[in-house]
Amino acid sequence: MATPTEFRLPRYGEDPDGTHPPLDSGGYRSTALRHPKQDLVLLPQMLTEVTGPLLGPGRLGEHDNDLTRQHAGEPQGQRIIVTGRLLDGEGRPVRDSLVEIWQANAGGRYRHTGDRWPSPLDPNFDGVGRTLTDSDGRYTFTTIKPGAYPWKNHDNAWRPAHIHFSVFGSAFTQRLVTQMYFPDDPLFSQDPIFNSIPDEKARQRMVSRYDHDVTQAEWALGFQFDIVLRGRDASVFEEEEDEDE
Amino acid sequence: MTRLLPTPSQTVGPYLSIGLPWPDGPHVVPEGTPGAFWIRGTVRDGNGDPVPDAMIETWQADPDGGFRHPDDPRGAAKGEFRGFGRCPTETDGTYGILTLLPGAVPGEGGATQARHIDVSVFARGLLHRVVTRIYFEDQDNAGDAVLATVPEERRSTLIAAKTGDGYRFDVRLQGDGETVFFRV
Repeated sequence: MATPTEFRLPRYGEDPDGTHPPLDSGGYRSTALRHPKQDLVLLPQMLTEVTGPLLGPGRLGEHDNDLTRQHAGEPQGQRIIVTGRLLDGEGRPVRDSLVEIWQANAGGRYRHTGDRWPSPLDPNFDGVGRTLTDSDGRYTFTTIKPGAYPWKNHDNAWRPAHIHFSVFGSAFTQRLVTQMYFPDDPLFSQDPIFNSIPDEKARQRMVSRYDHDVTQAEWALGFQFDIVLRGRDASVFEEEEDEDE
Repeated sequence: MTRLLPTPSQTVGPYLSIGLPWPDGPHVVPEGTPGAFWIRGTVRDGNGDPVPDAMIETWQADPDGGFRHPDDPRGAAKGEFRGFGRCPTETDGTYGILTLLPGAVPGEGGATQARHIDVSVFARGLLHRVVTRIYFEDQDNAGDAVLATVPEERRSTLIAAKTGDGYRFDVRLQGDGETVFFRV
């Protein structure tokens, strides 16, 4: 016989309207054939949704957090330090959590077979990094400031310089892939990906902040970029407990 | 406590394959694990054309229905089961995930959920991931509360078909037979 017991699960709140881009975003042409047209169906947050992969040090190689040291020589370009905290909506640090980045080189070229625009590859730069957040939720990468690059979305289209970030948080509900931009980029105004975020203030949360305290004398410029994931509060639901467990 | 505002989502763009794939990404369990099978499928766009620059991620319970996670109120599952799979699509839009059948997991109000895997799909042209679920055609899906909320004529898009070495689960981002996507 099963006996009902109370079961406490975290619950992740909905992000405010205007935070995330609509999947159908006309200015970004690639959305046209790739956005679902049917309404999304509500998936209640149950065990599969409030848990998630906890990916630890096994995923990291020696120089994964320093993209300037992955080859025999140093890459071309402006050396930068990018650091920040991975937090949930209540300001709690997300600890020991995998952060992955990828980016173009100083000239705006990705080490990808599909990127063929006439800017040279850098033999000393792959543009891929990984690290874990520390007990304060902090991550730090040393890398090269990526260049802007052209694309074919619209006439004379250029992507503002950006670094792709992939983070997991603690739960399936918190999974996030985003892009970090640099302050005062003149290319923002014509970029449909940056501008796909409806809320202007939310858009600015993707822009890193220059921080002279992070800058290292005679070495590298410093930028701060905090990433905030969905917040959680506790809820209760009931389940039947099996006697044989 | 201070309420912080969330960071927006952005597309993975066309070059995710330099940064996100891992050599063992598709292996939720190592090759040769007893009972392991492949879930294979093709991601297609609104024209029915393959999407060669997408990535599938999966998250699931272990074969006993447990999660190796501190927020599982039954206690974090023991063992090495990673529960997570990740596979970029090939030029023909195909992906594959090697895994074990997830156990049954409790749902709301004392119900038990049918065996399922949560899926995130990322791609160029997707400004935010889309989320779906894999169910299995040879399992008992009758009482599943989530499936019951999905219009009957669309439920089949969530049910993986049995194949020679596992199951087939195609993803149609848009158009005829559009996959059911969820808001979580």
